[in-house]
Amino acid sequence: MAQQKSLTQSNVSGWAFALPGFGLMVAFIILPFFFAIWFSLTNQRLISPNPPSFMGLSNYVDLLSIGTIVLEPERDATGAVIRDNAGDITYPRLRNFTRNNPDYPHLQGMREWFGWQTGPNDELRRVILAKDVVFMRALKNTFTFVIIVAPLQAGLALMLALLINQKLRGINVYRAIYFMPVVISIVVVAFLWRLIYDGNNGLLNNILGALSFGWFEPVDWLGQPSTALGSIIAMSIWQAVGFHMVIWLSGLQTISPTLYEAAELEGSSKWQTFRYVTWPGLRNTAVLILIVITMQAFGLFAQVDVMTNGGPLDSTQTIVFQAIERGYGKQDISGGSAISVILFLIVLSISMIQRYLTRERNT
Amino acid sequence: MADVVLKNIKKSFGNVDVIKGVDLDIKDGEFTVFVGPSGCGKSTLLRMIAGLEDISDGDMFIGDTRVNTVAPKDRGVAMVFQSYAIFPHMTVRENIGFGLTIAKTPKAEKDAKVAEAARILQMEHLLDRRPSQLSGGQRQRVAIGRAITRKPEVFLFDEPLSNLDAALRMDMRMEIGKLHQQLGATMIYVTHDQVEAMTLADKIVVLKDGAVMQAGAPMDLYHNPDNLFVAGFLGAPSMNFLIVDVIALTDDHAHVHSPVLGDITIATKGRQFTVGQQATLGLRPQHLSYVEATTAQLSGHVTLTERLGSETVINATLSDGTTLIAAIAEDQEFRVGAEIGLRFDTTKAHLFPELPTTTGAAH
Repeated sequence: MAQQKSLTQSNVSGWAFALPGFGLMVAFIILPFFFAIWFSLTNQRLISPNPPSFMGLSNYVDLLSIGTIVLEPERDATGAVIRDNAGDITYPRLRNFTRNNPDYPHLQGMREWFGWQTGPNDELRRVILAKDVVFMRALKNTFTFVIIVAPLQAGLALMLALLINQKLRGINVYRAIYFMPVVISIVVVAFLWRLIYDGNNGLLNNILGALSFGWFEPVDWLGQPSTALGSIIAMSIWQAVGFHMVIWLSGLQTISPTLYEAAELEGSSKWQTFRYVTWPGLRNTAVLILIVITMQAFGLFAQVDVMTNGGPLDSTQTIVFQAIERGYGKQDISGGSAISVILFLIVLSISMIQRYLTRERNT
Repeated sequence: MADVVLKNIKKSFGNVDVIKGVDLDIKDGEFTVFVGPSGCGKSTLLRMIAGLEDISDGDMFIGDTRVNTVAPKDRGVAMVFQSYAIFPHMTVRENIGFGLTIAKTPKAEKDAKVAEAARILQMEHLLDRRPSQLSGGQRQRVAIGRAITRKPEVFLFDEPLSNLDAALRMDMRMEIGKLHQQLGATMIYVTHDQVEAMTLADKIVVLKDGAVMQAGAPMDLYHNPDNLFVAGFLGAPSMNFLIVDVIALTDDHAHVHSPVLGDITIATKGRQFTVGQQATLGLRPQHLSYVEATTAQLSGHVTLTERLGSETVINATLSDGTTLIAAIAEDQEFRVGAEIGLRFDTTKAHLFPELPTTTGAAH
């Protein structure tokens, strides 16, 4: 008996239907992913008359090389430490070691990242050098951002969710208010906050001035290295907290109301109820939120691009900002790709660590 | 001593009256069952005793205390929920000892009480399991264990067996009965299952639309139902109702007539009738016996038979189209369509002044 192949049984037609979507995914997600890995191993430029050549891991070496040196203070003939007019110890110039010094080949081309006084009488100076100081700052800033944003944003979002998860008249108005910043494009939000943070006539300075009866001196929040990153952190937490609030809320609503009633009958206090009923019930939600916030935070870009452009003095450089700056600003696609791959590895390993630490322990 | 006394208890949600003035006197150590169809307010009444619902009006006493405004934990009650309400992330041991953990009871005392509860429920071997590793009956036992460790004066059960399969339900029913004998505590038990009500209760409270229809010992209610609703609700299969005309009255008897039945005399049991009114004659299926057509009081055609082994349930249609159910206490074969004659003992029949509604007393 001849078997009639229906449409649903046919493998070929199945693939044909899947092809448009699958093709787009391949073209715009899978291929670029592998391209990035490949480009990071070459000297590919955005526009170049010369064909790219394979460079091995040199892009990664350039990005990640760090070195260290201990500088002896300069001494006069008697052996006393020479101090400058301000009384600071003078040291030989770093470039003596990093520019074509045959005794220090491993420091070739590096620049000072940071350093500190050490040794007896704090006369020695240990300097940490990096081949790519800007990228190192970007790494440090990004990690700072993640470490502050992840717990604060998750915690605030949970608090909001607990407040919102009540049967009160008009509670939906609050839900909408908290969620509003999420709906607005981050670029618009960042632009508005640039006005809030403005050093001369910004909203924040005005409010602080008014609250302190003019005692508060206006601060150029985005214009000085000590406050720029903090300002971006505060604004970023505010912007996305509503999103995570909604996720917490969905987690809260999966907890059976009878569990709360059972706890109430046992005489559980508010805090005990949270500890024994709410929090354990939110375990999976917590894992999800931590991973999502971490990944989003590592991708910090738009705020920096709109508000500070990485400045002042590289104090708000971030990994993604550097990747784009390199790839398109400097047309160095290979360098930008290498940064992307490094970011991918960082996020992947952190997510895996989080998954491991928060795994279900079934005894 | 923990009597539970309800005086004109009312509950309304907005304009909707859910409990319409309930008076009850539950003696210390009594096993009371609230039974009624869905939406009759039996669970609401239980939750009001537990303190999970506010009391709109009336007075409630547990022991000698008026508990209207007393917090649930201070009422000396423990509740077992239909959905078990055990904490999924805790072991059986932690679940049973939850109330003691909340009260910060010393560990030794807690362990002893948990062990005691586990012994009573014969689940010592399950103490280190998690709820996900337990069957439904075991979970319900954990919930009961948690209630036991509270040493409550009053146990509240909210349809505790509804989520169990039939065989398990019977086992657990017996265990709850045993538990009551063992602990001697006051127990209030909500169910829509009349078998549970009949077998467990010292006192059954039949509720309908937020009002008590009748309260009393199970056999009292079964043999002497106050009204049509209770008569139809208790007993399986449900009581048969025949519409009859009252044609004459003596002191305590009524002569009634019906086309299918002819004339008979029934005790009025103190109920008021007037000559010429229609009334309802109630006949339990078990009180109908199968006889030769010549001696039959009622005759009709068999439309359906259900042979259960221990008894045979016959649906018969009388000449006026009324359907009658008879339960013959032996296994006997009846042919569908065959003539059948039925007799009953008029002293076991009931006469009610009210007429069955279409939504009816049916269970």
